[in-house]
Amino acid sequence: MLKQEEGSQAVAHAVAMCRPEVICAYPISPQTHIVEGLSDRVRRGDLSPCEFVSVESEFAAMSVAIGASAAGARAYTATASQGLLYMAEALYNASGLGLPIVMTVANRAIGAPINIWNDHSDSMSQRDSGWIQLYAESNQEALDLHVQAFKLAEELSLPVMVCVDGFILTHAFERVDLPAQEQVDAFLPAFEPRQMLDPADPVTIGAMVGPEAYFEVKYLMHAKQLDALDRIPRIASEFEEAFGRSSGGLVRGYRTEDAETIVVALGSVLGTIEDVVDELREQGVKIGALGIKCFRPYPLDEVRAALARAGRVIVLEKAWAIGVGGIVGQNVRLALSGLPVSVHDVIAGLGGRPITKRSLRALFADALADRLGPLSFLDLKRDVVERELERQTAGGRPGPHAENILKELGVVAARSH
Amino acid sequence: MPHQQIKFYQAGSFVAGNRLLPPEERSVQARMDRSNSLTSGHRACQGCGEALGARYVLDAAMRATEGKLIAANATGCLEVFSTPYPESSWRLPWIHSLFGNAPAVGTGVAAALRAKGREDVRVIAQGGDGGTVDIGFACLSGLFERGDDVLYVCYDNEAYMNTGVQRSGATPPAARTSTTKPVGPEPGNAFGQGKNVPLIAMAHEIPYVATATVAELRDLEYKVERAMEIRGPRYIHVFVPCPFGWGSASRDTIRLARLVKETGLFPVFEAVNGEVVGVSKIRRPVPVEEYLKLQRRYAHLFGDDPRDDVIARLQELADRNIRRFGLLTDAPESAGLPGHAGDAADAPPAGVEGESNLMRMLAETHRGAQ
Repeated sequence: MLKQEEGSQAVAHAVAMCRPEVICAYPISPQTHIVEGLSDRVRRGDLSPCEFVSVESEFAAMSVAIGASAAGARAYTATASQGLLYMAEALYNASGLGLPIVMTVANRAIGAPINIWNDHSDSMSQRDSGWIQLYAESNQEALDLHVQAFKLAEELSLPVMVCVDGFILTHAFERVDLPAQEQVDAFLPAFEPRQMLDPADPVTIGAMVGPEAYFEVKYLMHAKQLDALDRIPRIASEFEEAFGRSSGGLVRGYRTEDAETIVVALGSVLGTIEDVVDELREQGVKIGALGIKCFRPYPLDEVRAALARAGRVIVLEKAWAIGVGGIVGQNVRLALSGLPVSVHDVIAGLGGRPITKRSLRALFADALADRLGPLSFLDLKRDVVERELERQTAGGRPGPHAENILKELGVVAARSH
Repeated sequence: MPHQQIKFYQAGSFVAGNRLLPPEERSVQARMDRSNSLTSGHRACQGCGEALGARYVLDAAMRATEGKLIAANATGCLEVFSTPYPESSWRLPWIHSLFGNAPAVGTGVAAALRAKGREDVRVIAQGGDGGTVDIGFACLSGLFERGDDVLYVCYDNEAYMNTGVQRSGATPPAARTSTTKPVGPEPGNAFGQGKNVPLIAMAHEIPYVATATVAELRDLEYKVERAMEIRGPRYIHVFVPCPFGWGSASRDTIRLARLVKETGLFPVFEAVNGEVVGVSKIRRPVPVEEYLKLQRRYAHLFGDDPRDDVIARLQELADRNIRRFGLLTDAPESAGLPGHAGDAADAPPAGVEGESNLMRMLAETHRGAQ
């Protein structure tokens, strides 16, 4: 059914169609609309049997999901930003125990300075938590990835994080094709846990493991992640067969066939990038884009195959390893090791700073003219930063950076756009 | 309290002997069909109060639920000594997730059972005092507030024993721990406000709160059975001596658990919907010294440079409990409480030296303090 729908409500619809039995959540912007939509469905009895548990923290949200999943229930939660960090300990626990929990991350910056707008700092900080990480490009894909995520999680017995750009997708109204219950039921079998807490067959889950076995248990997690590299494309093609549209997968190339320059990105910014690619193609520039749909496990071979023939790769990413450079960029370099491809990390869109076509045009022009270095920062207000650095070098009390910079900019309060 | 009605006592103690009881009144542990939920072979220290408490709690809960029980465990001694992979002492479905989330994991299990229509299966969550009163406290309060159908049991040995006896929010004043050593002008743990989680649980007005010790194991079993008759959040706080952390003899675990109640330092009571409905009376009042002297964690209060002042402050804490909970058999404020005020069976048996004088002294202290 086609409907003009808010991203969050589309996700809530998809999750409800997957018949979760336990939903637990703690409110944090911009995740709230998703769980509000699910709470409504549970309260009205539209989603039954299902328990909606309002918890006292994200740490508790993930812990409730752990208990529910271990007891054999399909469990779902959603969070963002600080919330994801607050549940970090439980994230590692869920993946270590092999519990197929599905979670939406409505991607948002992390503080300080506190900021509610979109970037990927939150999910990127947990990229090595053992969770599978899928990144949605559009509201339709956000919806579709949740249906695929439950199937993937339960086949592998691993938790899956579906990353959806906060506000840009979660709060945007777009036309989406909402699947019917019968369609989802036919695609997603009932949850049959491999092991569960059951008095009829008592098991001990979460034992203390010493040096003699810990390494092997962790290696099994890695092996399962590598297994996911085969399953994700298969599930995506099964999905396409069942629902008639392509969503998910590991990577998706856009006009990459003969491209000499390829722009790599994750999530909703791909749409803007593709628009600029189209413009440049019209001018005869051999440029394309590569969307990484699944960042963990990292599709090394697919990224290598897609980029191997390009001379130049620009990695546009909404997070970075402070003190090093790009996170996605490091992974792209790994995939391209030994190949004569120059990789340029561009950090962009932090804390919700808009990534505009105009900025991208200028960026790509620099790249095409070989003016782009290995690490750059799109639309960073260099002059403001330099004045603050000068002030610090001059001595005196350091003072609060964020406030100084706002003063520099002549704004009294942060604005989104 | 049914266990209190037993009128036979073993020589030298006040514990009802199983052999003297009709089979239906005997401890769960005396039954051939006990579940052995925490079975032998685990790696707890000799004289571990927590292992003893957990065994009684879980076997009683298993009996009450006819074996339909799932346990969620916090990180800590109980988790470590029971499950060194690939061994497990647990003979019931059991999960350990993290240090601070046992209540929330319990909630998750209960929610799953509800969604699956398996509310015949019950949930117990458990942890030590660190996992309960400190790091797991927010999750515990959330569990209470939401009314989730979980029995939470705290085994309180008054410090972080698993990590090497560091102070917790449940460490009593003056006690030596590895982070409150008997050095400096105020040796041992500070006299703080304390963190009485049973009372905090009562403030949530949950259906059932009880305290117990491993000296009165029939009382503990009874409280677990009673808790399992109730739906919703329930809390039992069990006092479990730790020979390793307290510097006490392994053979003194039960003795210390008895003395802590008899001194008034640890009031043993039950509360329903936020109100105390019963207290275990002190049968043979003793001054706090008798309890403190047996533990090296209080050694700095005795010896060459005795700290009578500190001991007096600890006695004040005990006296306050005695007053507040009406712990003496003749305490007037206990008259309205269901208990055994005036019950002849609770009078101390003859032959215990100095008993009546001490009793009088404490009663006077009690009245004087009012």
